Amino acid sequence: MRSAVSLRGVSFGYQPGRYVLRDVDFEVETGGYTAVIGPNGGGKSTLLKIMLGLLEPWTGTVEVLGLPPARARHRIGYVPQASGAVLDFPVSALDVVMMGLPGGRSTKRARSAALSTMERLGIAGLSGMHAGSLSGGQRQRAFIARALVGSPEILLLDEPAASVDPEGQESFYELMAELNRTVTIVMVTHDVGAVSNHVKTIACLSTVMVSHGESLETEAVARAYGCSVDLVSHGTPHRVLGKHEGRGGND
Amino acid sequence: MIDALTRYEFLQNAVAAVLLGAAACGIVGSLLFVNRLSSLAGGISHTVFGGLGFSLLARVHPLIGAASASLIASLALGWMSARKRERADAAVAAVWSVGMSLGLVFVSLAPGYKGDLMGYLFGSVLAITREDLALTALVSLASAVFLAFQYRRILAVSFDPEFSRARGISSGLLFGAFLCLTGLTVVVLMRSVGLVMVIALLSIPPATARMLTHRLPGMVVLSSVISALSGLAGIAVSWWLDLPAGASIVLCAGALFALVTASVRLLRSTAPVG
Repeated sequence: MRSAVSLRGVSFGYQPGRYVLRDVDFEVETGGYTAVIGPNGGGKSTLLKIMLGLLEPWTGTVEVLGLPPARARHRIGYVPQASGAVLDFPVSALDVVMMGLPGGRSTKRARSAALSTMERLGIAGLSGMHAGSLSGGQRQRAFIARALVGSPEILLLDEPAASVDPEGQESFYELMAELNRTVTIVMVTHDVGAVSNHVKTIACLSTVMVSHGESLETEAVARAYGCSVDLVSHGTPHRVLGKHEGRGGND
Repeated sequence: MIDALTRYEFLQNAVAAVLLGAAACGIVGSLLFVNRLSSLAGGISHTVFGGLGFSLLARVHPLIGAASASLIASLALGWMSARKRERADAAVAAVWSVGMSLGLVFVSLAPGYKGDLMGYLFGSVLAITREDLALTALVSLASAVFLAFQYRRILAVSFDPEFSRARGISSGLLFGAFLCLTGLTVVVLMRSVGLVMVIALLSIPPATARMLTHRLPGMVVLSSVISALSGLAGIAVSWWLDLPAGASIVLCAGALFALVTASVRLLRSTAPVG
């Protein structure tokens, strides 16, 4: 099957000589649903930015939908970490969703496209609300709507579960599974425990690609984190990783 | 005052200036405010003083000196803070003081009559000419067109810079165009309230409006209305009490801000909880 995302031998750093990513190969097939986990500072967000064409790798090649990332931009939906937005900014939820469309004018067509995407995500009723007064879960849906409104083929999410309470997370993963029927999804998260039950493949990144497949090589992951996977998936009662049997969970 | 308004052309021009300038004031002021760049207007306006000093020395029309200096200051500020918006703060402080110092040096070097420098520093709304009015209308129109055609891009870049970069929105071009508009707005407002107080008209009305609405279009309309009201009230006060017009306008804007702050606080504290 054609690759939606393909990185070969990618190395990158912010300072000369200090690698954040080293010789990373990473492949996501069309229709895939991949979670990238890894310790803080392991290069997860950097990997996303390289896929978005925001950062140029030192070495290696990057292709998204068979194109250089900067040329595939309009076919990628990006959900950045919520903390990047200015929350007291005077915009409504509808304004936020419209930001995902090309063009500059607030036309009727843009508004109705935004509204129908919000309807699909069950937040049409919030369209007039101030974006800053939405709850964590509502805001996250608005940001996902902003990424989806331009009908992307790939959805890239940076720590999407960070601002959502545990009940919200369950419905978030249901939403992702539903979206995955039409869109390839790559999600960066530190939340190993919750994510592993939902995705199709899981990658562990700690400067180098420690493992990537349908299951986690738990010992390799444990080395990457510098502690046992039991400790990594600390979220009791959400511990869903098997001890050392590879795929699946014992939830 | 109505009687005086029908009789004196200079009074009509003053009223027209504050009404025509209100749109530029509301649009540029609101965008500065939501991007936390209000001090930028102060930096540009003090550099305009440098331009005025230069026009005295080189014997060119003051408006040409002012407009060129404001555009140079805008682009310099844009260039200095382009890579990191957080740097804008230090860049503004540098441009502010260097521009003002250049002005003082040029003025001291210029021979003979120094012209109406006080008028530029502290405003002379009652001395506004037809050309000033035309320029004011033009800048307001340009601001309105800029906002209408770039509304969603402006929102995206201001609200979430990283997302807009990922969408491929060229924030540099947008920021540059906005800075030039800010520069021209400063020149226009210089005639009515003076360079020293331009920053007040670009920050007080949007701050007042922000308390009353949580959407940018509402904020733009409200702050335009507030700056028009402050302008009219300021002219009236200065006419009746024989006070400087520029200062009266700024004080009226300040009074309106205080009034709205107090009312909003009072309403919130008496509103039923839950």
